[in-house]
Amino acid sequence: MRDVKQTKDVPQTDAVVENVKRRHEPLIHITKRNQMSMLHAVLLRVGAIVCSVIVMALLILVLAKENPFTVLASMIEGVFGDPRRIWRLFSNTAILLCIALALTPAFKMKFWNCGGEGQILVGSLMAAALMFFIGDSIPLPILWILIFITSIVAGAVWGLIPAIFKAKWNTNETLFTLMMNYIALQLVTFFLKMFGNSQGNLDPMPQFAFPKIFNGSYFLNILVIALICVAMYIYLGYSKHGYEISVVGESERTAKYIGIRVPKVIIRTMLISGGLCGFVGMLLVANGSCSVTTTITGGQGFTAILVSWLGKFNPLYMILTSFLVIFLQQGTSYMGDIYRLDTSLADIFIGIVLLFIIGCEFFINYKVNFRKKASDVTAGKEAVH
Amino acid sequence: MAIIAFLVSAIKFGMVLLFGSTGETITEKAGHLNLGLPGVMCVGTAVGCAAEAFYFELAGGRAYMVYPLAILIPLIATLLGGALMGLIFSFFTVTLHANQNVTGLALTTFGIGISDFIIANVDDYKFTAGAKFFNMHLPFAKSLGWFGELFFSYGIMIYLSIAVAIVVAFVLKKTKVGLHLRAVGENPATADAAGINVTRYRYMATCIGCAIASLGGLVFIMDYLNGNWEYVIDAIGWLCVALVIFTTWKPVFGIFCSIVFGFFYVAAEYIPGIDLAAKELFKMLPYLVTIVVLVFTSIRNKKENQPPASLGLSYFREER
Repeated sequence: MRDVKQTKDVPQTDAVVENVKRRHEPLIHITKRNQMSMLHAVLLRVGAIVCSVIVMALLILVLAKENPFTVLASMIEGVFGDPRRIWRLFSNTAILLCIALALTPAFKMKFWNCGGEGQILVGSLMAAALMFFIGDSIPLPILWILIFITSIVAGAVWGLIPAIFKAKWNTNETLFTLMMNYIALQLVTFFLKMFGNSQGNLDPMPQFAFPKIFNGSYFLNILVIALICVAMYIYLGYSKHGYEISVVGESERTAKYIGIRVPKVIIRTMLISGGLCGFVGMLLVANGSCSVTTTITGGQGFTAILVSWLGKFNPLYMILTSFLVIFLQQGTSYMGDIYRLDTSLADIFIGIVLLFIIGCEFFINYKVNFRKKASDVTAGKEAVH
Repeated sequence: MAIIAFLVSAIKFGMVLLFGSTGETITEKAGHLNLGLPGVMCVGTAVGCAAEAFYFELAGGRAYMVYPLAILIPLIATLLGGALMGLIFSFFTVTLHANQNVTGLALTTFGIGISDFIIANVDDYKFTAGAKFFNMHLPFAKSLGWFGELFFSYGIMIYLSIAVAIVVAFVLKKTKVGLHLRAVGENPATADAAGINVTRYRYMATCIGCAIASLGGLVFIMDYLNGNWEYVIDAIGWLCVALVIFTTWKPVFGIFCSIVFGFFYVAAEYIPGIDLAAKELFKMLPYLVTIVVLVFTSIRNKKENQPPASLGLSYFREER
């Protein structure tokens, strides 16, 4: 636009305009992109991952003084080395995906549910407590049904409390849900100190575990969560509820104007979000360790926030992002074992990869325009004249 | 005298939190919710401890370490380490317009990894040797009985935290810089139109805030724990984030609030006759109190107790 205007100017003033422009136009000017082509966006993300791998390789070279190629190759070995590792990879991916799926409806509504950790923990706690207190006195199927219900209800309640206050008084949900995590954590610690053994652990109760399908507990996780993923995709994209969620997320005023009851949507969505987190908590206990610890979530309630966000809140993309994160976790921990690297390197690597991907989003959403050099501008003008 | 020991311990722990919350308050006043604070504090503290170990080597042993240097060197290192992490956070959130929650959480993972790596490669005894300098208090404290115990028995950093909180409160409330900073946090578009450099203010606030917050971790390790490294600094970081809400973004009020927090946090250790399990329930108190404050301030909806209006939002000039 600006260039067109200038060509209409009288030639004598050109130099003046040019001078003023050079003095006032900043060196770098950022504009929002309308839409980047799919291929371009994917290439950029792959580029970011490649960059982060290069940084990782340099770190391995400098900090651990090992050959980065063999070390990075051991990551692949650690993830795909034998069938058991592959099963574990997919099962862990499914669990992380499920937490991310749980958080996504809330995020789409711009409700920052940072309380996944706590909602999972209370779900786990309920499952373990039921096993511990009444496991022996009722038949297994009934126990499983009870565990299923109470875990989901517990998680839902943990999500509901901040939601009510957000809906009624607009209480800051990020901080509220963060605090709820710690309360859940203390509840679990209390339970363990009260009923655990002398080391403060609860002995595993494998007799109450969900039935094993194929080899171990992995298949059930993968199957159930695949179904949830499809269901969530449909719920968010093709249902009335999903539509209401995205309208509330885009603009609460618009939602009010078109007759959506915002508090109702917030509360309903958080019930789903918390309930699904509680469900994951149940899987971690009844289809996993058969016990509860304070570290049972492994920080995945937080990691899932990144997974969901990086997957653009799209359940199908989130399969990829959760796979990436679990691949990194499993790979780096194996790498650490083999090469006796410090375990902290795993955290550092995951952090670096995440930061690179977060950074590359900028180049997908925005365009960086550099100030044109004076010679370029005049050359362009001569062509026009 | 158990009550005095209890109060002293509560105040000590409270002042650890005060550094963190004062730092985070500065950042939040500029409109940035830095959930990377736990990671930032971890890195700052680890760098500080590494610097103390470096000074140990440089001086040639415990016996040759001297008073101001043994505190100043880790202090400056911690400030720099924290500021560097703040720089990373603000580069992503200000320049690259990245989501603050997501960046913060990634930075926490990253920071915990970095600090663990640093500490794994530093000999513990070298920085533990510096703890006595952090603990050093006025010589007449013990001779004044309970009064001296309660007011003079702390290391210099504890007093520094109060001083920092007061200075920050003054700058925020009474100076032009503070006014601009608050404007940036409330409504960056208006601030920008008024000629305030939003980018610069947000960068500075985040870096300075992170540097100050990191000192909390250093005091925790070197003073409260007498130089024994413990992997709980990230939990303290979250507690600081909570404390900022409790203070309703006022650093001077924060002095009182942090003591209350410290009080709740250490209470379980000093109440006679309760068992281990009940102690864990007591440790819930700081978080419960934070929630109550959060809810209460939002219900009362009083203007001066609210979070900065654009807290957590990135500012892009060309977006309407």
